[in-house]
Amino acid sequence: MKINKTQNEGVLTIALTGRLDTMTAPDLDAELKHSLDDVAELVFDMKELQYISSAGLRVLLSAQKAMNKQGSMKVINISDEIREIFEVTGFIDILTIE
Amino acid sequence: MQERTFEAKKENLTDVLSFTEAFLEQMDCPPKAVMAVDLALEEVYVNVCFYAYPDVEGVSPEKKDATATVVLKAGADNRSVQITLKDHGVPYNPLGKNDPDITLSAEQRDIGGLGIFLVKKYMDDVSYEYRGGENCLTLTKNW
Repeated sequence: MKINKTQNEGVLTIALTGRLDTMTAPDLDAELKHSLDDVAELVFDMKELQYISSAGLRVLLSAQKAMNKQGSMKVINISDEIREIFEVTGFIDILTIE
Repeated sequence: MQERTFEAKKENLTDVLSFTEAFLEQMDCPPKAVMAVDLALEEVYVNVCFYAYPDVEGVSPEKKDATATVVLKAGADNRSVQITLKDHGVPYNPLGKNDPDITLSAEQRDIGGLGIFLVKKYMDDVSYEYRGGENCLTLTKNW
């Protein structure tokens, strides 16, 4: 998985490419741990994300919890497959999806 | 039928999935079903890696010959696949857990149990059996 960060003042956009799974979720988790200071809005761009498993969902949930305390978070450009995973797990109601 | 045994560590996840995907490809399995199988197999395989062979009493997982075996069987007319994951670790039925409450808010959500919940949702049948000293979890996907 590739993680591409773009910061524009208080808005941090993280574009994910590939698979967010057991092997790669720890990388994203580590990246988020030292990236969220002074971030008011966190955006996950999932245009190039092909796959997400429960390990990935876990990281999104902890990011959502962190951002609830300091600002907002949204997820953009999700595929139909990823939308279905969000629907099945109820993440569709937890996350802000555009 | 195809069968392969892997050392039960998460670093082998990609190999486990590649082995299975190659089998599905031969069956002309549609991409949507391949993804469903990937998702389910990742969850159950990783569970075995993390929990089947705990490092107790000074016996490390390596010394216990920690393995996971994947058995793949094509269904009738190549319209389904049956995947059995076997390990000889601690007897554990992952289907015994209650499903998570997926209506709770982010703050209330506990992520536990979500993996096996996804397995149940994405597979057409999931069954568990402890047989001959092995945990045998069988996933069936139709298309």
